[in-house]
Amino acid sequence: MDIKSPFSSPASGRSIPVTTSPAGATLIDIDHVDFYYGASQALHDISLKIEEKKVTAFIGPSGCGKSTLLRCLNRMNDLIDGTRVAKGQIKIRGIDIYDPSVDVIELRKRVGMVFQKSNPFPKSIYENITYGLRLQGRSNKSDLDAVVEKSLRGAALWDEVKDRLHTSGLGLSGGQQQRLCIARAIAVEPEVILMDEPCSALDPIATVKVEELIQELRTKFTIVIVTHNMQQAARCSDKTAFFYMGKLIEFADTRAIFMNPANAQTEAYVSGRFG
Amino acid sequence: MSPSTRHEFQSRPSAARRWESAVLWLFRTATYVILICGALVFGNIVFKGSKTVFSTTAPFINVAFFTEAPESLYVFEYQGQKKEMGDREFRAFKTTHPEAKDIKAESYVYSAGGIFPCIVGTVLLVMGSMMIALTLGVSAAVYLSEYAKQGRAVTLIRLAILNLAGVPSIVFGLFGLGLFVIYLDWNVSLLAGWFTLALMVLPVVITASEESLKAVPKGFREGSLALGATKWQTIRKNVLPYALPGILTSSILGIARVAGETAPIMFTAAYVVRDKLPWEGLSSVSDFFFQGVMALPYHIYVVSSKIPQNEYTERVQYGTAFVFLVIVALIATCSIVLRNKLRNRYKW
Repeated sequence: MDIKSPFSSPASGRSIPVTTSPAGATLIDIDHVDFYYGASQALHDISLKIEEKKVTAFIGPSGCGKSTLLRCLNRMNDLIDGTRVAKGQIKIRGIDIYDPSVDVIELRKRVGMVFQKSNPFPKSIYENITYGLRLQGRSNKSDLDAVVEKSLRGAALWDEVKDRLHTSGLGLSGGQQQRLCIARAIAVEPEVILMDEPCSALDPIATVKVEELIQELRTKFTIVIVTHNMQQAARCSDKTAFFYMGKLIEFADTRAIFMNPANAQTEAYVSGRFG
Repeated sequence: MSPSTRHEFQSRPSAARRWESAVLWLFRTATYVILICGALVFGNIVFKGSKTVFSTTAPFINVAFFTEAPESLYVFEYQGQKKEMGDREFRAFKTTHPEAKDIKAESYVYSAGGIFPCIVGTVLLVMGSMMIALTLGVSAAVYLSEYAKQGRAVTLIRLAILNLAGVPSIVFGLFGLGLFVIYLDWNVSLLAGWFTLALMVLPVVITASEESLKAVPKGFREGSLALGATKWQTIRKNVLPYALPGILTSSILGIARVAGETAPIMFTAAYVVRDKLPWEGLSSVSDFFFQGVMALPYHIYVVSSKIPQNEYTERVQYGTAFVFLVIVALIATCSIVLRNKLRNRYKW
């Protein structure tokens, strides 16, 4: 059977079958990646495999390259002039996402993102959720209504906002805004959700809610989360990668990283001696 | 209070204290001087202009001034009475009063009738040129701030645009004369005037549009792109609508400038006098764009500097200036209302 590659633009015709593999199979294969901002190298020879339907956490001190790597996965770095992947490949289901045949629009539909600073659009809650769907030309009212409810339920926000779907998304509290952004991301049904320090601007109670949400989402999505908060990584991830100075120091099961790190630097960081 | 109750927070004269009050008075005086100047200018125009524009009898507005074309005023003595009549009225008078046929009347150009063609011309010039300026200006601003790779070339272009804002308006007028009127052979026409005026306000529109685009948080763009939007979808749905209030604010300034400038239109679009209104006597649609019009600022210029001054011209001058101010205020009010509506819709 000939199924179109999930990321190729409709016009180009590279055909690679979409396979649904069981949880634990490699979804994203980062292979010896060097990344540059202009002349300065931000990532040094990064290799790691992100597994399907698992939560992978990137930890490390500020400026260690964890957010840069995350933004490589949906090519958000393309927006910054002078950035480039100088060496290596990032493959999602075996397809090099930096290949010229890849349509970045298709890629971003499949790899959603939640940002550090919650960024609901200054539109109603309903319009926020349906934004991505309308881009795809879906305008059937009952169809959109169903997605809005499903996404908001999925983001554990439905009960709080169901009576004010048509009021501005900016009227919500900080934690609700971030969950609205998560709902907006899952509304387009991506395979992967990238989360760039999603709780760094939230209070502890809102943080707990987002973390609980991540536990629910892991059954349906592959989640990659960048976090400053080591307890958060320990609480909600399956695998943890520790970065330092643009290098991947250690990548292993979260339990192993926190209980029994193989590397001295990792141990120093997770035990709070630096960073 | 007696000196015995001195306490540590009591004020003591010091240099800083004296400067404080001196500076305060300087700023206060500057503000009042500006206020007084403004009040004098506007007061003078409103006071003298309202004599022309309003009337003491119902409907309390000088309707003829708003609905008729300018015509010559004839002043003569008839049966011991001094009479003032516009051109048409005077001719009608002569046919109904045959005995007055050879009456000797003094004529004063443009001192009777109204300024309707000028109002129409100015409104047409403002609407057309703002449409061109906004289309070109917003497009250029979107390109410069959203698409173009930021570097030396873009910086140079921005600098050139800023410099363009400092070019005297008469230079734009001569440029329009050379390019549109003569080289493109559009003659003295609405179209030539539109483009000349549009070029003149483009720097303001581009600069202000870029500022408003920059004021839209980066998160809105990233959030939209991360959902699989193209760049244009992002700009159209999630950037431009939020930048629009700011763009409109700048175009309000543009409107006042476009409406008021005389130099750019005197060679490109304005007629001293024209019998036909812009929609009269057109043989095809394109004729509409290739006709000259009368315009308020040019009419003020003509009436106050090109014809002999006399006791009757003043009321036309002040009346025209007054109407002009009112029209600019009206257009600006519409833009402000529109801007505030948009602002309330998209708040962040």
